[in-house]
Amino acid sequence: MQRQILKNKNKITVVNAILIVVGFLSKWTVGNIEIFTWSLVIASVLGVSPIAIQAYQALRVKVVSIDVLVTIAVIGAFLIRNFEESAIVTFLFLFGAYLEQRTLNKTRSAIKELTEMAPENALKLMEDGEFLEVEVDEVDVGDILLVKTGAKIPVDGTVLTGEGSINEASITGESIPVAKEKGSKVYAGTILDNGTIQIVADRVGEDTTFGKIIELVEEAQDSKSEAERFIDRFSKYYTPAVLVLAFIVWLISRNIELAITILVLGCPGALVIGVPVSHVAGIGNGARHGVLLKGSEVISDFSRLDTMVFDKTGTLTVGNPSVAEKEYYGDKIEEALGYLASIERESDHPLAKAVLEDISEITISVVEDTEVIKGEGIIASVNGHRVAVGNVALMERENVKIDERAKNDIARFEKNGNSLVLTSVNGELKVLMGVRDQIRPGVKDDLMKLKKLRVKNLIVLSGDNQGTVDLVSSKLGLTEAHGNMLPEDKSAYIKKLIEKGHIVAFVGDGVNDSPSLALANIGIAMGSGTDVAIETSDVVLMNSDFSRLPHALGLTKATARNMRQNIIIAVGVVMILLASLIFSDWMNMSIGMLVHEGSILAVILNGMRLLRYKLRQ
Amino acid sequence: MKSATIQLETLACPSCLQKIEGALKSLEGIEKDTAKVSFNTSKVKLNFDEEKLSIEDIENAISKLGYEVIKYKVK
Repeated sequence: MQRQILKNKNKITVVNAILIVVGFLSKWTVGNIEIFTWSLVIASVLGVSPIAIQAYQALRVKVVSIDVLVTIAVIGAFLIRNFEESAIVTFLFLFGAYLEQRTLNKTRSAIKELTEMAPENALKLMEDGEFLEVEVDEVDVGDILLVKTGAKIPVDGTVLTGEGSINEASITGESIPVAKEKGSKVYAGTILDNGTIQIVADRVGEDTTFGKIIELVEEAQDSKSEAERFIDRFSKYYTPAVLVLAFIVWLISRNIELAITILVLGCPGALVIGVPVSHVAGIGNGARHGVLLKGSEVISDFSRLDTMVFDKTGTLTVGNPSVAEKEYYGDKIEEALGYLASIERESDHPLAKAVLEDISEITISVVEDTEVIKGEGIIASVNGHRVAVGNVALMERENVKIDERAKNDIARFEKNGNSLVLTSVNGELKVLMGVRDQIRPGVKDDLMKLKKLRVKNLIVLSGDNQGTVDLVSSKLGLTEAHGNMLPEDKSAYIKKLIEKGHIVAFVGDGVNDSPSLALANIGIAMGSGTDVAIETSDVVLMNSDFSRLPHALGLTKATARNMRQNIIIAVGVVMILLASLIFSDWMNMSIGMLVHEGSILAVILNGMRLLRYKLRQ
Repeated sequence: MKSATIQLETLACPSCLQKIEGALKSLEGIEKDTAKVSFNTSKVKLNFDEEKLSIEDIENAISKLGYEVIKYKVK
């Protein structure tokens, strides 16, 4: 019986509404008071039944819920034969609850989309040698699975046979397919775009990278901030307090109408739901944009951030030195470049790699009599020519004449922070190349956006030498730059910043700077979904994508603002309702319930705006 | 001791949590500190003693309150 009533709550709401309409129509059109009264009586009894059952269940576990307040109010209205109000209040309450559930589902949609990306089935190799479709829960570590084109990889594993390309967007946020062959690692939740592969399961279920991401986001949305815990405690005493207040008012005034109106007006609905709603929508927006926020405490700290520290120059630079500038001298340059490439091809020096990438297609000649001069470069014989590749010191050793123009070029390249690679053929300078690590594209704009979001201090702490660090810093307009720092120097520096009262975020890949990540108020991991990054940080930027950083900061600010708005709406509505009860004569139970349900929808809709949040350009 | 994760229909009111938690904690064989109902994911997580009660008993206690159990996982 109880269960039936609760299951058919929506149908009850509809019948309840029809009865109310019929009642009022018969009163207004034909003036039949009898039909009016009876249909409202039936509507009241029908409408209050699911609410009363919920109230009873709550009381059994010693909780004074909103249902309890509403049930008493409706019974009170019924007793003083105000059937109009008892019927309308039950309808508004039921219909409000229905709308709440519908809209709440929307605010949670972003996270649901993520969890629905989890694989459900797998083709598992059975003992008889056939592949059989099983639920993903039935896959154990070591099982062999078949994945066909278009299917989801069910577990984290290693490719045994076959090849294909996989879209790893669910893990890395990067949608360009990655080629996989025998021995490659594949991840649960990613999609095999083409090809067919057999894999062996290395990690299954919640242990997979995707499983961990889901768990993290799910835990994040239900973790509670200090403010939320306060509201929880508050509402625990608040609802019984409203009940007591209504009772006292009744004792003093003997006015049942007034007492039950207080019960309805005092409902704390918008207050208890306002903060979780903002929170889940904010975290959901982040999850959609590759920003994993670990809980609401993180949101509140992150939104008040004033100092951002970067773990190394490599976070701001491409981390892959390349030829940034070059100059040629004299003739037969093509030949000289060929010799240069031939020599560099045999070297494993990082500069050599950059030089080769720059030259790429050229005729390669045989290199003989190679002599490596430590700290200077290489001298060798190519096609009978004496070729030297190295720095200025090597050129001096070779008595290569460096004219005025070349001298100016060298000075300019050095000033721009390049490492120099000079090439001479038979004692004549031919090529000058400047190699340097380049600023990541877009980083400068992103830093500007962060400044606009009121991050006052942008600091880089790096193990590189001070010169390199200063150069990056001046190019990007950072406020401070410190080189030659060991991991412990970095964490000591962060400690000092926090002691000075700054709210500090530390941005790093979390590989060797986990103490700093943990120590900072906010640890931001720029990982491509690696375990370490996921576990030690407060915020994970999925795709190591720097441009998500301003979005993350803007989002947490918007979420924190949204929570405050919702608290103001909720508290404001209750205060206005109570005030108008005292100072006006138009307030009654039905209007109170209407405004009240309206305020609940208002906070949910307000929270929903966060789902569409985008950083303004 | 086994641990269960139970997926419920969407929870709409925060007081539902208190109700479900209260009901679960009154069951014999549930490790009280582990019983946690989360609002946004609409999930229940708890540890229970499979000798004292079964997952069906837990499912029953929840659905008696009017909340539908969509699926559960026991480990």
